[in-house]
Amino acid sequence: MDVEAAKNIAAAIAIGFGAIGPGIGIGILAAKAMESIGRNPEATPKVQANMILAIAFAEAVAIYALVMSLIIKFV
Amino acid sequence: MNISLEPEAIFHLGSFPFTNSFIMTLVVSVVIIGISLYVQRNTRLIPRGFQNLFEAMIEYFYGLVDSVTQDRKETEKFFPLVMTIFIFVILSNWVELLPGLGTVGVNEFEKGKLIMAPFIRSGSADLNTTLALALISVFTVHFMGITTIGAVKYAKKFLVSPLKKPYFVGTFVGILELISEVAKIISFSFRLFGNIFAGEVLLIVMLTLVPYFIPLPFLFLEIFVGFVQALVFAMLTLVFLKTAVTVSEH
Repeated sequence: MDVEAAKNIAAAIAIGFGAIGPGIGIGILAAKAMESIGRNPEATPKVQANMILAIAFAEAVAIYALVMSLIIKFV
Repeated sequence: MNISLEPEAIFHLGSFPFTNSFIMTLVVSVVIIGISLYVQRNTRLIPRGFQNLFEAMIEYFYGLVDSVTQDRKETEKFFPLVMTIFIFVILSNWVELLPGLGTVGVNEFEKGKLIMAPFIRSGSADLNTTLALALISVFTVHFMGITTIGAVKYAKKFLVSPLKKPYFVGTFVGILELISEVAKIISFSFRLFGNIFAGEVLLIVMLTLVPYFIPLPFLFLEIFVGFVQALVFAMLTLVFLKTAVTVSEH
């Protein structure tokens, strides 16, 4: 297998596996946020603001995987 | 379609390359300074128009920062840095929405190969910029901690003596916290860089495939992502500043 083919496969695997964890994490986060909004609709802006912040954190891990895959592919 | 992790140099001044993202950060800085000078020059006691918008923004963000620090004096200390980071990062992120991203760049020069250097590339899509912002944030956090509660007390947060309550676990956790400070720098810079660079790659690919109408949802996504990433950077800096100046009482 030559280098180019290996690079493509590596880039695909990097982002593929890297997106599993954050995807599940964001789903759990949003589910809990929805639940708490449902129980206490008055606190919606507070819950929402913190949820966005926490989702950005979880997404950052997926972004690390994406950056690695871009480095593999283009460098 | 030219996608490269590092920004392309438009021209060189001696041996210093003026890359497209660097030029864009200069443009964003000039815009920010220009608008600020304009608003400041014509301030009235009863605000009208543009000044209204700024007062509303500042009031809202003061409230936001207050909700984290719970102390007006600390807010007044932290607000300039946090707000400047927010404004700079959000405008720098939104540069990638300008028409001409990756397409308008009449420079073709060789660096071994013939490549096209586009004029427009967001400042945050350059690891240099995001690393610089991350370093500023983290070092300001440490500096604020040292000046507010004193160097000895601040060092005691990381170098916990093994002869006191948590006995060695405390020391271990302190060393881990020290390492995590370095991880913060990496995490800050890569979060912003990854989000904005990936957004640019997405937009360039979409524009290459279908130039009209189809990239619209992606442009909206990028508006949102730019705003959220700026907010996350600013709020994280704020939260770290807050934890650096609080002394945990036992």
